[in-house]
Amino acid sequence: MVGIVIVSHSWKIAEGVCDLAHEMAQGHEGIIPAGGLEDGSIGTDAQRIADAIVEADTGDGVVILADIGSSIMSAETAIELLEDEGNNINVVIADAPIVEGTVCAVVEAAGGGSVDSVLKSAEESREASKL
Amino acid sequence: MASEIYECLSKIAGIISENKDFLTELDREIGDSDHGINLARGFSAVMEKVNPEDADIGATLKKSGMTLLSKVGGASGPLYGTAYMEAGKVLAGKTELDAEGLKSAFEAAIAGIQKRGKAVKGEKTMLDAIIPAYETYSQKLSDGADMITALEAACNSAREGVEYTKTIIATKGRASYLGERSIGHQDPGATSSTLMLEAVLDVLKGK
Repeated sequence: MVGIVIVSHSWKIAEGVCDLAHEMAQGHEGIIPAGGLEDGSIGTDAQRIADAIVEADTGDGVVILADIGSSIMSAETAIELLEDEGNNINVVIADAPIVEGTVCAVVEAAGGGSVDSVLKSAEESREASKL
Repeated sequence: MASEIYECLSKIAGIISENKDFLTELDREIGDSDHGINLARGFSAVMEKVNPEDADIGATLKKSGMTLLSKVGGASGPLYGTAYMEAGKVLAGKTELDAEGLKSAFEAAIAGIQKRGKAVKGEKTMLDAIIPAYETYSQKLSDGADMITALEAACNSAREGVEYTKTIIATKGRASYLGERSIGHQDPGATSSTLMLEAVLDVLKGK
């Protein structure tokens, strides 16, 4: 099953989005939060994200959903850290809103989708109208 | 005696800590008010990781870069973290900074920042201080100047770069949300990178 990593500046946001995702995709073990810094402060930590990617991967690859600002930069750094270590997990970053994108992504992942189809589902969430 | 790289990092950490409130104030004006706090936290974590006897410049920069990636928190974490790690790669195994080594470290750091931030000169970022500084440094070396003279001139260019950031609109980072209202304010990242160059110059001059 494709793993999902939630990157946010806030630990609470990352955890909360994961809780929501678990409701939609019960039994999916690979939805992993990577929020805040180790000491709980607001921020993003590339090493923490790299560890979450490894934890989320079961061999089918990982899709990252990220919030604002440095989240994307830290996620890209995390992917490079893993590459430098010789780790070749298939991991991509979704260009999608973190809550809506995650919900779409986990549903597709739980249904047995590939990294490409999970990424596509997450990114399609940008177009969904709420009203 | 402490190694050269340790002296440099220790000087940088000291200067960042002294300017913590100043950098945060600059960031309050056009960003999210955390630049000074974030960098001070990052460099104090770096000083816990490095030792006075760490002589290998490359390995020490790599260790420092990894720490910045984890401990800074804001965009300056991956940006400076990548810069330090890339500079570390080209200085692997070296124990003393020479003119050419500094030039290639400079180049690698800039390439790392550009790769990570996808920015170019003129977008009101740290690159507006570092790129002119590098160009001056490199020109001075080709004109036959020694490392310290070239780095002194580079620091002047970096300071001019900081002044230049007051005149332009931010198109990258949080400041870009302000559009024209970002004019008149100097960029915090350009300021902190200039402080770092000045710290290195200080250490090299004191030898």
